Amino acid sequence: MTDWRRAELRARTPESATARTLYLTVDGWPGHLPGQHVDVRLTADDGYQAVRSYSLSAPADGDRIELSVQPAPHGEVSPYLADDFPTGAAIEVKGPLGGWFVWKPGRPDPVLLVAGGSGVAPLAAMLRARLDLGGDVPPFHLAYSLRDPGQRWFGPLLDGIAEAEDPAVTVACLYTRAAPPGHPRPVGRITAADLDLPGFRPADGPLAFVCGPTAFVERAANLLVHLGHRPDRVRTERFG
Amino acid sequence: MATLTPGFHGHRRTRGDRLPPGQFRTEDFPVLSAGPTPDIPLDRWEFTLTTESGEQHRWNWEQFQALPQQDVTTDLHCVTRWSKFDTRWRGVSLDTLLADVTTDARYALAECYGDYTTNLPLDDLRGGRAWIAHTYDGAPLAAEHGGPARLLVPHLYFWKSAKWITGLTLGRTDRRGFWEQLGYHDYGDPWREQRTWTD
Repeated sequence: MTDWRRAELRARTPESATARTLYLTVDGWPGHLPGQHVDVRLTADDGYQAVRSYSLSAPADGDRIELSVQPAPHGEVSPYLADDFPTGAAIEVKGPLGGWFVWKPGRPDPVLLVAGGSGVAPLAAMLRARLDLGGDVPPFHLAYSLRDPGQRWFGPLLDGIAEAEDPAVTVACLYTRAAPPGHPRPVGRITAADLDLPGFRPADGPLAFVCGPTAFVERAANLLVHLGHRPDRVRTERFG
Repeated sequence: MATLTPGFHGHRRTRGDRLPPGQFRTEDFPVLSAGPTPDIPLDRWEFTLTTESGEQHRWNWEQFQALPQQDVTTDLHCVTRWSKFDTRWRGVSLDTLLADVTTDARYALAECYGDYTTNLPLDDLRGGRAWIAHTYDGAPLAAEHGGPARLLVPHLYFWKSAKWITGLTLGRTDRRGFWEQLGYHDYGDPWREQRTWTD
């Protein structure tokens, strides 16, 4: 009835001091849309199983998927995936799951991505799918709230976007505790000014995707509504 | 056959009879919503029951608070796999709200501020199994958890317990709600793991 597929770990790379991206190949993977997630099932040698959900942090690419994992202190699954899961071993995945928090490449509307911490993972998949399209439309902007430079995930992707200086795809890091030297924005929580951007105002008809911890999503989604965005154009995904 | 995951041991929490398959227990109260949290002033809050013939029964906040209130302690099971035990709620039983309603409908569609919807069989809203809840753990229900009032149907996955509820429309046919159109199960029994269309 349920459709669990074997997923083998090929490689693991660091995103921060503790977070890791896992590169897996999945038998018979049917592909997915940016923003979707999977259920991950782990099985101990006595048959005990645990299941958790993880966002897919890369767009579809054959049988390959990427999951980005922040280990939770005393977590049952995430510390194992981040630190102990051996390359060449397998877990099982079910999916892709979720039909709401997705960006379908080909839509013309500007897209405003708003990430809090590890909530950047599904938004990175959307951003990468947009870069794969090339061209001038649709405009994309990622507002990425994070504690300090050490917590910045997907560094090569974000550095590449900064270096390209393409006005169609932009990223702003919003540091809440400590910023790199010379960073133009004062340190602090996300504000209306961080989201009030030319090309992404309500009159431009953007679609907004907000993902992060509950308190962050509440704050960011409320800022967008107060700026005049239609609530049905603000899609949210929360965790924690 | 399940794949062996070398070196994974898990936490082996006590399972007992209260944890449905595929769930893990949490002490937190996670929030899941598809969009922004709506701001609903109590003086504009309204709950409307609409029957299949179009007859409407309406309560404002004051009238709703004057109805008999029940205290409920129950376990919650979310389709994202967390379960939370012994949550404490106060609200009005659907049996009370349906008492004077004449209907042959078999289904209900819950409608919400912010345009969320979810579908349920009407029988599942009867028999002391469903409430419109306005108080959680002794305090007014917080907006991000569905306040001022949400549907509470704890024997089904928690997405059926629609936040920010403003009405129920009864019908002879089952109309899919928001998540149900996007692939979630029409019924959503946690004990049978009815998560998606294919379950």
